[in-house]
Parts: sequence; C-alpha cells; structure tokens
Amino acid sequence: MRKPLTTLAALAFAAHMLAGSLLASSAGTATANGPRIIHSTLPNGLEVVAIPDHRAPVVTHMLWYKVGSADETPGKSGLAHFLEHLLFKGTEKNPSGRFSQVVATIGGQENAFTSSDYTGYFQRVPRDKLKEMMEFEADRMTGLVLTDEAVQPELKVVLEEQNMRVANNPAARLGEQMDAALYLNHPYGRPVIGWRHEIEQLNREEALAFYRRFYTPNNAILVVAGDVTAEEVRKLAEETYGKVPRVAEIKPRARPREPEQQAARTVTLADARVTQPSVSRYYLVPSSSTAQPGESEALDVLGHVLGRGANSRLYQALVIDKGIAVNAGASYDGTAVDNTRLSVYGTPKPGTTLPQIEEAIDAVLAEVIANGVTADELERAKNRMIADAIYANDSQRMLAQWYGASLATGATVEQVRAWPDRIRVVTADAVRDAARKWLDKRRSVTGYLVKDTRPEEKRS
Amino acid sequence: MNVPAIIRHTAHPFVVLLTFAALALAAPAAGAMTIERVVSPGGIEAWLVQDRTLPLIALEFAMLGSADQDPADKPGVAHLATGLLDEGAGPYDAMAFHNRLEGKAIELSFRAGRDYFRGTLRTLKDNRNEAFDLLRLALTEPRFDAAAVERSRAQVMSRLRRETVSPNDMASRSWWETAFPNHPYGRPVNGTLESVPRITVDDMKALLRRTLARNTIKLAIVGDIDAATAGALIDRTFGALPAKAELTPVPPIAPQGLGRRIVIPLDVPQAVVNFGGPGISRSDPDFMAAYIVNHILGGGSFTSRLYREVREKRGLAYGVHDSLVWLNHTALLVGSTATRADATGQTIEIIEHEIRRLAEEGPTEEEFDKAKTYLKGSYALGLDTSNRIASQLVQIQLDKLGIDYVERRASLIDAVTLADTKRVAKRLLDGGLLTTVVGRPDGVTSTDNGVEGAPAHHAKPSGAPVAR
Repeated sequence: MRKPLTTLAALAFAAHMLAGSLLASSAGTATANGPRIIHSTLPNGLEVVAIPDHRAPVVTHMLWYKVGSADETPGKSGLAHFLEHLLFKGTEKNPSGRFSQVVATIGGQENAFTSSDYTGYFQRVPRDKLKEMMEFEADRMTGLVLTDEAVQPELKVVLEEQNMRVANNPAARLGEQMDAALYLNHPYGRPVIGWRHEIEQLNREEALAFYRRFYTPNNAILVVAGDVTAEEVRKLAEETYGKVPRVAEIKPRARPREPEQQAARTVTLADARVTQPSVSRYYLVPSSSTAQPGESEALDVLGHVLGRGANSRLYQALVIDKGIAVNAGASYDGTAVDNTRLSVYGTPKPGTTLPQIEEAIDAVLAEVIANGVTADELERAKNRMIADAIYANDSQRMLAQWYGASLATGATVEQVRAWPDRIRVVTADAVRDAARKWLDKRRSVTGYLVKDTRPEEKRS
Repeated sequence: MNVPAIIRHTAHPFVVLLTFAALALAAPAAGAMTIERVVSPGGIEAWLVQDRTLPLIALEFAMLGSADQDPADKPGVAHLATGLLDEGAGPYDAMAFHNRLEGKAIELSFRAGRDYFRGTLRTLKDNRNEAFDLLRLALTEPRFDAAAVERSRAQVMSRLRRETVSPNDMASRSWWETAFPNHPYGRPVNGTLESVPRITVDDMKALLRRTLARNTIKLAIVGDIDAATAGALIDRTFGALPAKAELTPVPPIAPQGLGRRIVIPLDVPQAVVNFGGPGISRSDPDFMAAYIVNHILGGGSFTSRLYREVREKRGLAYGVHDSLVWLNHTALLVGSTATRADATGQTIEIIEHEIRRLAEEGPTEEEFDKAKTYLKGSYALGLDTSNRIASQLVQIQLDKLGIDYVERRASLIDAVTLADTKRVAKRLLDGGLLTTVVGRPDGVTSTDNGVEGAPAHHAKPSGAPVAR
C-alpha cells in the first residue's frame, strides 16, 4: 500500500521498489543465479521463508505480522504503529533495551516498520547471530511487558514523528486528506500513523489488547535472507519460534468494503508555506490481491508508461513538449490486501495554473484510454521492470522486503517468483483495457496544494 | 566477524596489478572478495572487486572540484551542470538519451557535492558496452540544449522555492552560511533563487572543463567483469577527458559563529534544530578515537547518549543524531533534531549538557567497549549492495587510507584506548556549538537577534504573512 513508517528515520526503502516487483527466476541471464526460495509452515502456524544469498557472511532476519493500520478498531487509529514502537520496550526475559543492546554491540542493524497491511521487525547481523536474533524475536512475540513509564514517553515520540512526517509538511497533510476522501468506507482512508487526536488518546492497555489479538505465530511470517541454508533456517526456527504457542485465532481480514464510487472528489489544501503548488489524483484500482488475473500486472505497466521517469507519457507531455510543468509522473503499488491506488501528479511552472496542469494530465490519460501504448513503450517498460527484479538480487534486505510484503498481503512465494514472467506477457491491449476500465474519474480524488494567501489572523 | 584475510595474487596480461587486498568483511562463502588495483592501458587506476554471482556491474567514481568551484557570485553552477549531463549528450537529445538508458535498464546518475563530483552507474552485464558509452557521452559531449537547460533550471528553481519554506532546509542553510561566511562552503550547493536564473551555458561548460579530468578521478567497479575488460572500458569512457584539472584553490577554514544561536521564525508545529562545531580531519591520528566518541554521543544506533536522553527517556523527539563530517578544507561535528515548540529549549539544553558532560568526563569503559564492537561489526553490514561496496572503495581512495584499509580497519579501532577517547572527547567537544532553529520555539531566541550574518533571504519566508 503506502510507504511504511519506520521506527528510525534513517531507513528508506526505495518506494518504487515496494511496488510489488519481485525476484527474477527466469529473467534473462539471471535465471541460473536467482536464489532457491524455500517456504514452509511450522506446526504453530508460523510461515517460514528462506532466501539463500551466500555473497557475504551476514543474514537479514525479518519477522512480519499480518496486521497493519487497516486492522485497527475505528477510533483507535495509529495503534498498530504505536505498538510497533512499544515492541522495543522489553519482555520479562529481556528487559527494556536488551535486544537493541545486543544488536548494537555486534554492530548489527535493526528497525521496524508499519503499513496499512503489515508490521515488520528486522535485524541484519553476522550469520552466527541468527539464532540469537530468533530467540529475541520469538520472545517478544508474546512476552512483551509494558509499563506506563515506558509507554508515555514513547507516545510523545510518536507525536513528534507525526509532526515531522505530516504536520510540518503541507504536501503530506494533503496526502492524508486525499486518502480519506478516496476511501469512502475502507480503513485505508486512515493514516498509518493515525489521526493526531486519536494518537494522543492511545494507551498501554489498548496497545496490549491489540498485541494479544494479533501477535501470534499463526499470524506471522519469518523471512530470512542471507548466508544460510533453508534447512538451517527451518531448524533454527523450530528451536526458537517453534516453542511459541498460538495465543490467538486469526479471523480473515474482512475489512469494510467500498461502495460503488459515483462521484469524482476534489480536495484543496491551502497553506501559507506553499511556494510550489501541485495537483495530484488518486484512482481507486485493484491490488495484486483483488485484481483479475493479469490486471494488476497491466496496471503496473500502465503506471510505468504513464509516469516513471523522463520517458514517461506525463513527463514527456507536460514537462518536455508543453513545457508547462517542472515535474510530472505516476505510480501504482499493487502490494495491498484490498483495492489500492494509482496516482498521477504534476507540478506547474510559474505562470501555469493547476487547472491547466490538470487538463494536460487528462489529455494524456484520454490518449492512453483511446489508443493504448506503443509497442516500443511496452517493450522499454517491461525491460526496465524485469531488470528491477534482477537488480533486487543485489540487495538482501530488498529481497526479504519484497517477499515479506507480498506474502503479508496475500501472495504466494510462487506468485512472487513468477512476477517477471507475468510482466513479460502483458499485452498492449491489456494495458489499454486497464486504463479504460480503471482510469474513471468517478472513482478518484483530485488534490490541490495551493498557497494560502489570506492574512495570518484569518487563518485557522 | 573474524573472516581471515586472504591475499591472492593474480596477474593479467592487459593490466598492471599493483597491490592486492582482501575485503575480509564482505567475504563470500566461497572465499575472500579480493580488491584489485587495476591500471588501465591508458594509465587510469581503478579498484575492482570481481563477483560473478549476479549478472551486474556497479561503477562509482569521483573527481575533485564541484560546488567549491562555483563562481563566488553564482552558486549553483556545478549543481545545474551536473544535472544536465544526462539531459542529452552526443547524438542524443534528452529524450533519446533517456530512452536508451531505460530500454537497457541502465541506471546512471551524477551528483555535485561540496568537494567532489560523483557518478554512479549500474548495468546488467550484457549491456555494459552501451552503459559505458552513454557515460562517456555524458561526461565528454553533454549538449546543453536550450530546452533542456531551461527545463533543469525550472526544476532547480522549483526545489529552491520549496526550500525557502522547508524548516529542515532553512535550518541547514542558515547553519552553513553562518559557519562559513565568504567561503565556498557557506554557499548553497544548489544555488539561490537569485543566482540560478543568471547561470549561463558558458558558466557550466567552463566549470566542467576545469573540473572533469583524469588526474583526480577515483574509480571503483564491483561485479561480473574481469580486469582486462574493465581496463578497456575505463579507457574508452574516461580516456578522452583532459589530463589535468585546473582547480581554483579553496582556503582552509574553521567553522565560525560558535556559541551563537540563530532562531528563524516559521509557522510550523515542530521546530527543527541543527547544531555543530569543529570536527576532526580524516588524516588526524586521533580520527578513530573521535569516531568512537561521536558514536557514543549521537551516532546511528538506538543506544547513543543523545538518543537515550532526548528520545527514550523524555520522548522529546523522534530522531536525534550527530555525525563527523570531513571535507577537504574543514572538519565538523554536526547534528540535528526536531521537537515541539514547548520542548525546544529543554531539548537544546539536554544536547548541550550531554556534549559538555562527554567532553568533561569522557566515555565509560562499558560504552567504550560496546562502541568498538559496534563500529567493527557494522562496517561489513553496511556494505550490502554492489554499489555500496564500490562507493566505499571510492571513499577509501579519496580519504587516502590505502587499499588494505578494509583489512586494517579493525586493528585501528582496537588500537584506540579509553584514555585516548577521554582526551579526544575534550578536544572534539569543547569547541562550542553553532545552533540554528527554525520554527516557533517557546522562549528560545537568537543570541544576537539573528541580525549579524543572518542572510537576508531567510527573513522572507519567516512565517510572517507572505502575500497580502
């Protein structure tokens, strides 16, 4: 869905890399080099994925929970993310800070992240520390101990995180309002970090109740990438996670569904600090989980042709040919449990109005809807996307991230592995059909970021 | 990690192999990853790590002279020029150039820094010839087509307009401008709203002609390529550059404005705080001790003093950290945080207190031991992609640490004593801080009303009503 929030600001996964693109099992010369990925399930329900990568004696250990902000109770927004922060507060066996101390002492990296659909924790450590990481992570799966002393400062930290990511940033504030307008009924309309007034009310008891409801081996996926065999991963997982009992039964993730959307929406955010206006639009479209076969892949190619990079239709039309915008683009991220969004945007040059930009965007979309994409565009987009999958093999953490995010949103290892093959067979007709079907303004929200020119005393 | 260093000797008919070293930390299971120093037939040196696991090639390089070579009255020339290198070159206009990159999934980018121009290339092995050709064209035959120049200029101006109201950018710009008045480091790398419209194609060509040259280049290649092929490609790509750069000398400078605090009002709920003072030169014998001290103070882990005091104990900020910055003509310790208005004063006090306390008392033995094991272990873990390895190998060359540095690094850390860190903590942290704050912090004011040395264009977006 959207870019996950991380616990430390330092970590940034490339946003487009999360776009469901995956590993090459048969992409050109990488065929023989793609890792053999093993997937199994322990008796307690924990899924285990091993991605061997023997280039360096290190491992990336990730534990994913199939719970995110879209699984929160209405009125408690931000709880999934707040709990993610609190998982660092210690257990009875490993009191506050001990896990992080051990990771730091060996020079390891660690962090955690939360999205609408999942919450993940990871460490990168030398391979001989893998079992120790598993022991710590298995311990905090059910052993979390929270005191008000630890919880209260952390709530303030999260409020500062909200300030940093959203309140201080007019474009981010507009993004929140657009999501809320795009989703009439589905919880993807809530910010992952939560609405500020609801974050302020979160507390220890609610966090623990949420924890007990969702943190259980049968709701988790272990992903280990690195210098280790699938057999070792399985054995170590059995010795550590295997001892954690199921503590909750998990119901299917049946979130409220969107009604038929009938009206194009617009939202405007005015802020005195806006010096560079912009316009963007989100369309409600299927994700890889909700799409018909081939449809998500066609949307992926469509997003690419429309708006990735300097060759894209939008950049070419608005920035190069018409010269009315400083930037323009599009993106689609299919990695979500429920219907997701395809977004387009444009940033005007001085002297160009937002309606002019919007009109030019509409013309580009209308052209693709009418005439589809060219053979050359299709070929270039596919080459680029399939190469992404090969490049992904160069980053252990990214591979683990892709598998984890995909599995946590309903994909299988086989589907992930075969992603380049599915991209390869996307036809120009399929891309055009996807554009016709899904670029429907009635299922969209258009957002305007503008300068607030009212005198200061009149602003709220 | 204790991976034994393996020294291998190989010879190749087409290149002169001068030195060998083992990249012990990133050693693959099959054996050590060897760093080869290759010299191309044309005499250009590169460090090479051959790794055939994946069909990729990663190249990183740097050349001396970038934003520091901007005309004093025209900051932003190097930045704009650098951005235009892949906007049309040789026979290809911008669109054709980008189409070729995308069609072969070649990733090519350039960055203008304060001291160095840097480039990155990533390609599938099968496309290496086209990838290096496009790199050559970008470096030697950039077109500067009028349309591309105006497009890039508009993009830089758009970014600059955003920066004038972004608290992070404002705090950082103010810090650098105040610390380095009348010096290239005090001028923004990407220019100003006033300077960028005046930059001409001649300005850009002149700067590139002086800076892009063979004698300052540092190169590293990682991936599925052998030394002979690498040598040939290096010559084809970089051989046509001028032999020698003609750089304007940049004087050494120590950061100014220590002890000052500058508050720039902006109507945002969270105040952004930048702080910093003198650091330590990379070639200083005390560098490693200072590196350990910095890690303990506010380096990048969940266990630093600043993280513990500001975030963990009091919840005052989401992030707080500091790092050593070494440039060719100065050395710094700089850090930042962001906190709510009513806690800004307290947060700054805590940071200053922790810096003072570490200067006076030095680290504890436990902190010292843990910092050492962290710094030894984290190095390898950070080198997790081919481009990161190549980038680190370029940095080692720029820092003149030697091709065996990767091997020696752990012993350099081990050689530092607790007494060293106590002595260096005093030296490093006793110099006073320049602090810039952007926001509406309660009760925090400029030490000198922010008049002296505070650049005029900061007054404009100060949160006062802008348009009437």
